[in-house]
Amino acid sequence: MMITIILAIVVFTTVLNFAALHTWIERKQSALMQDRIGANRAHVVLPWKWAAPVNWLLKPINELGLFHPIADAIKMFTKEDYIPPFGDKFLHTLAPFLSLMFAMVGFAAIPFGDKLVIGSHIINLQVAPLNVAVLYIFAMMSMGVYGVVLAGFSSNNNYAFLGGMRAASQMLAYEITLGATIIGVVMIFGSLDLQQIVRGQGKLIFGWIPMWGIFLQPIGFLLFLAAGLAETKRIPYDIPEGESEILGYFVEYSGMKFGMFFFTDFIETIMIAALATTFFLGGWQVPYLLADGFHFPWGSMMALPSLAVTFLQVFSFSFKVIAFCWLFMTIRWTLPRFRYDQLMELGWKGIFPIALANIVVTAALLLFV
Amino acid sequence: MTQAAEFKKTRTESMLLNVGPSHPAMHGIVRIITELDGENVLSSDVEIGYLHRAFEKSSEQSGYLQVMPYTDRLNYVSPLINNTGYCLAVEKLFGLDVTERAKYIRVIMCEISRITDHLTCVGASAMELGAFTAFLYMIKARDYLYKIIEDVTGARLTISYMRIGGVKGDLPAGFEGKCREALAETRKVIKECDELLTKNRIFVDRLKDTGVISKEAALGYGITGPFLRSTGVDYDVRRATPYLVYDRFDFEVPVGEHGDNYDRYLCRMDEMEQSIRIIEQALDQIPQGPVLLGTDGKVIPAEDMVDEAKMGRVEGLGFRVADFDPTLAGANKYMYPEGHVNNKRAELPPKEDTYSNIEGLMNHFKMIMDGHGIRPPKGEAYFPVEGANGELGFYIVSDGTGRPYRVRVRPPCFVIVAALPVLINGGSLADIVPTFGSVNMIGGELDR
Repeated sequence: MMITIILAIVVFTTVLNFAALHTWIERKQSALMQDRIGANRAHVVLPWKWAAPVNWLLKPINELGLFHPIADAIKMFTKEDYIPPFGDKFLHTLAPFLSLMFAMVGFAAIPFGDKLVIGSHIINLQVAPLNVAVLYIFAMMSMGVYGVVLAGFSSNNNYAFLGGMRAASQMLAYEITLGATIIGVVMIFGSLDLQQIVRGQGKLIFGWIPMWGIFLQPIGFLLFLAAGLAETKRIPYDIPEGESEILGYFVEYSGMKFGMFFFTDFIETIMIAALATTFFLGGWQVPYLLADGFHFPWGSMMALPSLAVTFLQVFSFSFKVIAFCWLFMTIRWTLPRFRYDQLMELGWKGIFPIALANIVVTAALLLFV
Repeated sequence: MTQAAEFKKTRTESMLLNVGPSHPAMHGIVRIITELDGENVLSSDVEIGYLHRAFEKSSEQSGYLQVMPYTDRLNYVSPLINNTGYCLAVEKLFGLDVTERAKYIRVIMCEISRITDHLTCVGASAMELGAFTAFLYMIKARDYLYKIIEDVTGARLTISYMRIGGVKGDLPAGFEGKCREALAETRKVIKECDELLTKNRIFVDRLKDTGVISKEAALGYGITGPFLRSTGVDYDVRRATPYLVYDRFDFEVPVGEHGDNYDRYLCRMDEMEQSIRIIEQALDQIPQGPVLLGTDGKVIPAEDMVDEAKMGRVEGLGFRVADFDPTLAGANKYMYPEGHVNNKRAELPPKEDTYSNIEGLMNHFKMIMDGHGIRPPKGEAYFPVEGANGELGFYIVSDGTGRPYRVRVRPPCFVIVAALPVLINGGSLADIVPTFGSVNMIGGELDR
């Protein structure tokens, strides 16, 4: 019980902090792509003479702009919280909380490591070891649409209303598509338990290729990325926001309530990255790393203590998630935005039928091979 | 239909949405009142006038020379073309033909301006479609050109470089090399953006078959420029009625086919390349010589154009002897002590005279304060030039006094904005953004 709570707190704070840091990564990545320096004006310099060594230590952080997430937070918390006079006060306040909550709770079912052995304790590195984790995560992600729709509805603003409607239809369409893209993986590993799916990816094909989802389901992987990006509501799928068209469902929000929607986007990005990692890149698996150390395909072996193995696994998971986040960011800063009907067309007429075909082919292969 | 059935029928209502006046996609300020059925635009009405600054009326209140800074603020993305258009119209009143070198300088500066305008337009449309990176690339390229403009004119945006009878100052030393370098850089960026956008499936899907206008409708509205050419009409003022020295260059007029946003985008991208070609040819051909004429048609010597006192260095100016550099950079050279003006009614006296003797002061005073400046003969003149958005015309009526009786501008984007409802009705709300972006509405020019 205690251990679960501690794990939950660790995961919660890690995700929140990474989401905050994600804003920094996004700024720097976009700056890198656009020949800019990126935000670096949030300086912390102590005024006293004796603090010179501290200032010296702070200097690289200042120059990298790492204080910007904190500055953002301060700004958002101290801004006026505006509720439109003819909006629904209760729903208007509720919406960002719903949005953020449903984005966060999904992480409980993501396994970020195998087992942590401390003395006689064995800790399963997954907050909620559910045997229907896939269903749970997808249910929570679908619930997230409520926050968005309520935000659009309660703002009493035509732009926000349009944004809410767009978000609802987009998320419904892509939720189903997203579900269809991972059926292949679920069928191969025969489980809805994410920990089981990840463990299943520890095997090897032909004795040297790790049995990751990406090698078993390459089409499923690409479809998942395409549909998953839509789930994050970011360019090229940012039609609910469409900042130059309809400004978005959160147009009437200010201060930290806006910040929560903003945060939700980042957390959803991390969520999709975590899911992609779990389903297709072997989750916490490190190639050839078993519980007692590396077993290389050419026969040699490198024994490792269990703590090091756990550390490597958690590191591997985090690394993959960050890599996916980086990939999403690169896509976000390269492509323009879809139009509403084109998005629906892509979802229903493009990704969905291919995903169904993928399921059929996978089923046939599983049956006959 | 029974009453129950009628009751069950869903009641549908259209939604009124005010796009603008303050909206991220409405460059400047304009309001599009749209009636929406879901996402589809049923009808729309464009309301302009939010940036009305009484340009035409103000022009009637000031002398011919003082109109110049106002023209910068018409199309603030390509102010050099506005300058040129106005000067050409006044010169037509006078019957002046400026020197060869001045013509070439004008052509070069106009084409640089055209490129900056197209870069801004295409970049901004791309940004509004979400491709923020392409926008910043293009703004980067624009900055290379702005640096060139700054070198020549001393300012980046509100340049007031042209003068009635020529240009304010000669090109700076080393201009050709710098200009060619900047053009090469710009070309690189345009190619990069071309690779990023032109075959990008999302971008093409967003632009193709949106904001379509037929050839006949475009002509009926009086649309010109890239907008008209995208429908397939080969009309370019530079080609149809060549002014300055445009007939000496080898360039193509890119023509579209469908009249949709994508063709407009392609037209603008191609036009930038053609403008670069024109500049390169002009740099090859440009002769040496004076760059400014008085209103009597006589050349104003270089030394009279240099005005050191504007830099604030006035001590002892009247007693110095010096040689001259006819560029703006020449402003830090010594002043010719008795630099005389050909036409005291047309040109401001050197500042040293203004500050050091009564004749100069009075001359200056009369010209600035009393509208005693240039006096074109009675008459009227209309001069069209090819602005970045289309035909930019200045119609000037002179009653023989120091102030224009009437200055009327034919802004290219005014007629396009008038046709905007035709373009966006029946489309999707999201299509307003690229369509409006391709109109390249400039508030200053539209509302004047």
